[in-house]
Amino acid sequence: MFYIYCPYCGEHREEEEFRPKGQAHIERPAEPEACSDEEWGNYLFFRNNPRGVHHEMWVHAVGCRKFFNVTRHTVSYEILETYKMGEQPSITADSQSLPREVAAVSHQEGVWA
Amino acid sequence: MQRYSGFGLVKHALSHHENWERQWRNPTAKKQYEVIIVGGGGHGLATAYYLAKEFGVKNVAVIEKGWLGGGNTARNTTIVRSNYLWDEAAALYEHAMKLWEGLSQDINYNVMFSQRGVLNLGHTLQDMRDIQRRVNANRLSGIDGEVLDAEAVQELVPILDCSRNTRYPVLGASWQPRAGVARHDAVAWGYARGADAHGVDILQQTEVTGFKIRDGQIYGVHTTRGDIEAKTVGCVAAGHSGVLANMAGFNLPLESHPLQALVSEPIKPILDTVVMSNHVHGYVSQSDKGDLVIGAGIDGYNGYGQRGSYPTVEHTLQAILEMFPIFSRVRMNRQWGGIVDTCPDACPIISKTPVKGLYFNCGWGTGGFKATPGSGHVFAASLAKGEMHPIAEPFSMFRFHSGALIDEHGAAGVAH
Repeated sequence: MFYIYCPYCGEHREEEEFRPKGQAHIERPAEPEACSDEEWGNYLFFRNNPRGVHHEMWVHAVGCRKFFNVTRHTVSYEILETYKMGEQPSITADSQSLPREVAAVSHQEGVWA
Repeated sequence: MQRYSGFGLVKHALSHHENWERQWRNPTAKKQYEVIIVGGGGHGLATAYYLAKEFGVKNVAVIEKGWLGGGNTARNTTIVRSNYLWDEAAALYEHAMKLWEGLSQDINYNVMFSQRGVLNLGHTLQDMRDIQRRVNANRLSGIDGEVLDAEAVQELVPILDCSRNTRYPVLGASWQPRAGVARHDAVAWGYARGADAHGVDILQQTEVTGFKIRDGQIYGVHTTRGDIEAKTVGCVAAGHSGVLANMAGFNLPLESHPLQALVSEPIKPILDTVVMSNHVHGYVSQSDKGDLVIGAGIDGYNGYGQRGSYPTVEHTLQAILEMFPIFSRVRMNRQWGGIVDTCPDACPIISKTPVKGLYFNCGWGTGGFKATPGSGHVFAASLAKGEMHPIAEPFSMFRFHSGALIDEHGAAGVAH
């Protein structure tokens, strides 16, 4: 069970109030008509699917009903930060601030990949 | 290979079953193979088996980072059916169904394939229209199916609540009598034993860490136990396919999600068929051991942790109780998660890739187990000939650029 901090409500709430909505920070091509099939297909269907730090959108479905962003580890499932739409993450896959705990869980026995 | 038979069982009983031959060898890797299969689950082992047995390619290695069938092969709810809507998908799953029907004999291993029928319930008028459309489509492509009304469903499954007093009354169902369940572990072990007998090397505890690619042509893999060379490599790695694709330098339109399932304590025989409902969203069957095998939807977020969230389990059981109030006091025994690689159109990817000689068989999402023999067979044919098998052809990864998607969200049974 996640305990998620909604940056708009300013509170931690239980997972059931939220819905995951997929990868964050996807930009719609400025000129769709000018896209090649490949560019358009990539925009529609291809998503980051990392084993590690992932930036994703969630919606506070039965709360304020606003979308916001979450940085979460996809192996330990730990939520590293939440931030409002339009903001940039402070924790990324490359950043050194990844808690040691997360690294430990993702390498523990029985947790593959 | 020692053949299994009733006579053998009696013979070995005399020596207290202590002299059974090992089912497969534990070989050290050779420097070079003709074909390498990455991933030792059901689909990978089936691919190796058919490569060696039917397509004459015996110099094959299966590389598995854990143990055989320890991923989704061991984690699914064992349902086998072929009632998919579109011709392309129906052909693939029906190809598998036909192989299922002779599988135990073919691999001389009892996979306990039980054609006890599968019901897909309809709870709304639109459900029933979709069911009629799907059953009609199935019958046109030679797949068995019937549309049942609520009375007929009640007769088949007396413990199902078909009254009008429920929140989502059962209006009817599609019924595929040839569908059923099979023992998942036996499928992996049977294919492994068969492949091994035909000379395939199964390398467990060996993880692929990279691909050796020169001028856009693959010539081997890096593993935790050294490099192994092959001009043809097939990746069948389910939830981790995307990670492998990134190693090879391209992307796949896959997202990995946890899919949870659970079993109850064993109870006396009470349910002799498989009941699935898309609308209240749960499915259940009873294993030969007596436990109820239950599953439902994926957890909506991406994850590789082989576990999911508690609310998903709770919703699953709410759906099961909506259909079967009689189960309200059954206790659950175990619960687990597998990592499924979901595709945007709920159909798999069986495809060539931008790297010559590198093939992928993935994206089965929530419904891979039922396709195991068919998937292995068409993938083996494609690897052996270097050309995609006609049944596999529509499942190219390039369909996400051409737009020729095969939308099976309706028949996939599990909402993505």
